[in-house]
Amino acid sequence: MTQSDARSKVRAFLEKFIRDQDFEDGDNVFALGLVNSLMAMQLVLFLEKEFGVKFTNQDLNLKNFRSVDSMVELLGVRGIIAAV
Amino acid sequence: MSEPNKNDVMTYQKVGVIGAGVMGTGVAQNLAQRGMRAVLVDVSETVLTKARETIFNSLRVAGMFRRDDAPVADPEQTVGMIEFTTDYTRLSDVEFVVENVVEKLAIKTEIYPRLDAICPPECIFAANTSAISITKLGGFTKRPDKVLGMHFMNPVPMKSMVEVIRGHHTSEETLVRGKAFLAQLGKEAVVVNDMPGFVSNRVLMLTVNEAVWLVQDQVASAADVDKIFRSCFGHKMGPLETGDLIGLDTILFSLDELYAAFGDPKFRRCPLLQKMVDAGLHGRKSGEGFYKYSV
Repeated sequence: MTQSDARSKVRAFLEKFIRDQDFEDGDNVFALGLVNSLMAMQLVLFLEKEFGVKFTNQDLNLKNFRSVDSMVELLGVRGIIAAV
Repeated sequence: MSEPNKNDVMTYQKVGVIGAGVMGTGVAQNLAQRGMRAVLVDVSETVLTKARETIFNSLRVAGMFRRDDAPVADPEQTVGMIEFTTDYTRLSDVEFVVENVVEKLAIKTEIYPRLDAICPPECIFAANTSAISITKLGGFTKRPDKVLGMHFMNPVPMKSMVEVIRGHHTSEETLVRGKAFLAQLGKEAVVVNDMPGFVSNRVLMLTVNEAVWLVQDQVASAADVDKIFRSCFGHKMGPLETGDLIGLDTILFSLDELYAAFGDPKFRRCPLLQKMVDAGLHGRKSGEGFYKYSV
């Protein structure tokens, strides 16, 4: 899978939750209040299922999930897609 | 959240949790995270399996919100603090019980005498109900002085305030022990007197129901109703998002309890709410309510 495919999938998932507002790939969606802790589990489970990865407890750090960019980067680090 | 007071003489080690739905699952997780053993009882093995999975995933994700210097708790170890069982007799040595079964009096009526017969005599029963009379539930036991209400908020591990309800026979000692229990969970209490719906749900259920009427009457879309509450009143969530979070089936049951208790038509259920529940649109937990969710 290419980076841009992964990026589109992550964005499409977030857009289901974030109804009222535009956001950039670099935006911290948690800090902006667009994604809350209730959605975090769904986000993590979506990424694991969609990309066939199991995140370690160390991976599960907010800094890896705060933006589309950081999620794509994490998937790169984990070798799911070509590293960013 | 404050740490449990080490000097507190009343520390709880083992707690029974009845019902492995949204609330019971949250209570069991919260207990385990705070180092207490929990016995989570439900009538369904399927529900218990799902509860274990939900708790495990919540614990994994909870690590995301830790402070940078905080150690990563092992979800496997924490979930190991919880015994998942269909066997009520496993409650024979618990010190405190939090009951979270469905908001139907007929079901609760069967459970309290059973708990009364199995649990130690000094064990306190906290009914995690949002609408049913605590005094009435106490009457199903031989220990009404040791029965109180604890209306936890969802998601339980993240909400630090609990509406505590004093039934007619609830003793001062039970309230003190109940507050100590909540302190161990990192929570505070607001104590109110017993009347159906207490404070929170007498207002909230009416609000959610009336918001559903607005959608049914095509005054506004669900998104616009919620937007008005968020943008104009500064609420974190609008009434329909809140209904989806609580569960629309639970909203319906609570309204019915309030209607039965007060005999006041203001608590009449909106037909659209009934229709959605009949269609299996129970909100966040079922994947769809007024909004769609990924489950």
